[in-house]
Amino acid sequence: MADLRSNFVGIRSPNPFWLASAPPTDKEVNVRRAFQAGWGGVVWKTLGLDGPPIVNVNGPRYGVVHGADRRVLGLNNIELITDRPLQVNLDEIKAVKRDYPDRALLISLMVPCDEESWKSILSRIEDTGADGVELNFGCPHGMAERGMGSAVGQVPEYIEMVTRWVKQHSRMPCIVKLTPNIADIRKPAEAARRGGADAVSLINTVNSITSVDLDLFAPQPTIDGKGTHGGYCGPAVKPIALNMVAEIARNPETRGLPISGIGGVTTWRDAAEFMALGAGNVQVCTAAMTYGFKIVQELISGLRDYLDGRDMALTDLIGRAVPNVTDWQYLNLNYVTKAVIDQEKCISCGRCYAACEDTSHQAIAIDPGRVFRVKEEECVACNLCVDVCPVEDCITMRELAPGEIDARTGLPAGGHRDWTQHPNNPMVAAE
Amino acid sequence: MTATPMTPGVVPGRLPPDALAANFCDVAPPLDDHEAHVAADRCYFCYDAPCITACPTGIDIPLFIRQIANGTPDAAGMTILHSNIFGGMCARVCPTENLCEGACVRMEAEGKPVEIGALQRYATDGIVLAEGHPFKRGPATGKRIAVVGAGPAGLSCAHRLAAKGHDVVVYDARPKPGGLNEYGIASYKAVDGFAAAEVDWLLGIGGIELRLGQRLGEQITLAQLHADHDAVFLGMGLAGVNALGVDAANQRDAVDFIAALRQSDDLAALPVGRDVVVIGGGMTAVDAAVQARLLGAQNVTIAYRRGQDRMSASVHEQDHAVTSGVRIVTNAAPLAAGPDGVTLGYTADLPDGGMLNTGERVTIPADMILTAIGQRLEGVPDGIALAAGKIAVTGPGRTSVAGVWAGGDCAAGGDDLTVTAVAEGRDAAEDIHAHLMGGAVAPVDAPDMRG
Repeated sequence: MADLRSNFVGIRSPNPFWLASAPPTDKEVNVRRAFQAGWGGVVWKTLGLDGPPIVNVNGPRYGVVHGADRRVLGLNNIELITDRPLQVNLDEIKAVKRDYPDRALLISLMVPCDEESWKSILSRIEDTGADGVELNFGCPHGMAERGMGSAVGQVPEYIEMVTRWVKQHSRMPCIVKLTPNIADIRKPAEAARRGGADAVSLINTVNSITSVDLDLFAPQPTIDGKGTHGGYCGPAVKPIALNMVAEIARNPETRGLPISGIGGVTTWRDAAEFMALGAGNVQVCTAAMTYGFKIVQELISGLRDYLDGRDMALTDLIGRAVPNVTDWQYLNLNYVTKAVIDQEKCISCGRCYAACEDTSHQAIAIDPGRVFRVKEEECVACNLCVDVCPVEDCITMRELAPGEIDARTGLPAGGHRDWTQHPNNPMVAAE
Repeated sequence: MTATPMTPGVVPGRLPPDALAANFCDVAPPLDDHEAHVAADRCYFCYDAPCITACPTGIDIPLFIRQIANGTPDAAGMTILHSNIFGGMCARVCPTENLCEGACVRMEAEGKPVEIGALQRYATDGIVLAEGHPFKRGPATGKRIAVVGAGPAGLSCAHRLAAKGHDVVVYDARPKPGGLNEYGIASYKAVDGFAAAEVDWLLGIGGIELRLGQRLGEQITLAQLHADHDAVFLGMGLAGVNALGVDAANQRDAVDFIAALRQSDDLAALPVGRDVVVIGGGMTAVDAAVQARLLGAQNVTIAYRRGQDRMSASVHEQDHAVTSGVRIVTNAAPLAAGPDGVTLGYTADLPDGGMLNTGERVTIPADMILTAIGQRLEGVPDGIALAAGKIAVTGPGRTSVAGVWAGGDCAAGGDDLTVTAVAEGRDAAEDIHAHLMGGAVAPVDAPDMRG
């Protein structure tokens, strides 16, 4: 059976599934329940400076985007960092770590952007026994207005500076948590590396308004008639997160920098995908907030079965898809596929037809008896029919054999020619 | 002495009032909001959806379900009523497994269709059971049309004509409007006086005058109607009942039994046999048999002379009968009736479609025999051509007499369903309108949407 034990920047955990710094990790009672359920690690909800406690809104903190049957596709939150006294959190962290020495326990931190503040908080957490720190440079709401969170994460120079302070004043492994609310995710990752970060974790939440109350005419969640942008997370942000993880993994400037993958991890498959794109482990929040801590059992069994089925070790998975992430210009334009409809599986809903006829390439015909047929001479292999078909594997893409003529273009498939070699590319023609 | 299901003979009060009330409550209770949203989420919003094609009134089912899913049930209701003004009753009585739900692609996918009928009820109840009427009448045309029969066909026709701005007079032989919706449907399918409420709501459009107790050939004649109106629509249904051909003192027409039950305000006063035999194989036979059971009959048997595959009652209806404790005996034709019961002769269906009497017979106890072997057209005015015993029509209900249209069960073709009658009445109204107003034939369009 596959060994799921994880070693991430020297921090050991029985599996690579950590709970992200968020509401589920704010208190001892929650974290103990998480460890009892089987989570490999926890990043404690962000601590701030000692002093008057943080205050939160007393109205709704979360907004939601639902799919069919009220399935939670995305959550948005306007909660701030921990609103409990620093010493209470520190005492609880110490107690939990003492009872769960085999689990990873990290502390998320967010203090003002001056060296003294960071030095001071680091000294306070030193004797908790925590395994490392995560710098919260990501939260896009509330704290950012006070010059923290994503306000730091959006300025690579600040990231580098603060990271350097942390590495200077602490021996703990330091993970820098990145905000996705920037133009190029590689820049803050490069800054973190320059500052000496042991790893980056991403993504933090995406700036968002999930919905508008059409009676109150205010964003939701609505606080006394007003709303503000919050941080979006959950399955809906996974594609954004995967891309950002991959960009850092394949960037020459950051290649090899350990990554803790975050963003909509809900199932073992999501976790495996993050890891294939270079994440050494994953952090989960929304799935736990939706279904409770028990989901980790499915994450563990699913990943284990997957690895066993392929006779892979966990380390074989990490980064395995990175070499296959490339730029569009290198995609093989001679690779040709055509949609194929399995008539045995087809239930004749016609969604492929509507999608193709109304919005794509008019490449599906309706034969008598509601039989849907692909017109290969029109099919550009866009995959939309596959995506909208409600029946799994009913429509698939067939790869044309080398030499087989593409009925649409009249040209043979096979071989390799990408945009850098294509005669229509002015850069090629100029040569 | 209090009667029980075991009491011999035809007696009332076999069950206590609370048991009767439970037996005759809504057979398919309405979906609540949560159930409706879960059910609506299953619709795939098919292209050129097979369910629409399967609906005789062509309701845009994927659209109305999407409207439910997205929190606008009234818009969904209007989508339905736009095509089928009796969408509320059809939601209750349509054999959906043979129509929309039978065509649902989910049947192919997992054998469980989207619950279209239940969703239709959810959407239409919010409008039909609410105050006011949502459709507006067009500008007055000055035309006046007679409709004979206040059932689904006649009232569907009348509503569409009224919406077009015509004045309509609806004549019906019975003391109440509604036709089979009021008199012919099992009580548990349309509880709380829904049929009457729906007719009241429908008439809310205005411009429709109801004249009850007017039977064609008695109080009114086609010649007079024709003379006094710009057009006539015949939708009087099938008033005649086919005779059993077996002499039995204790036999009763199932249609009459169902009607009496529907109109009763005290179920405990309705007499029913201990051993009831229903002769027939259609919806009427099932409705009569199940209700006899629910009234407290100890043994209820449906005897049908042909094989089960020929029964016109849907499989869903047959299942309902069986789970209600009704025994269904097929290939058994009534031969005689006497004090010992009904003697049935066994038959066999032949490959050529014929029927063979095997010569074997069985006698089953019967103190009440309900006959449900079909209805026939009665009282057709002279001069109207017939086809297969019904009024011959071409296109949208045109009869052989100019200016006279027909639809519903009395007209040839169709399959004698409520929903078919609604479609025929509606389409005849469009044709009448086009005929009276001249010019280009208007497309089959709905009246104006909500005012």
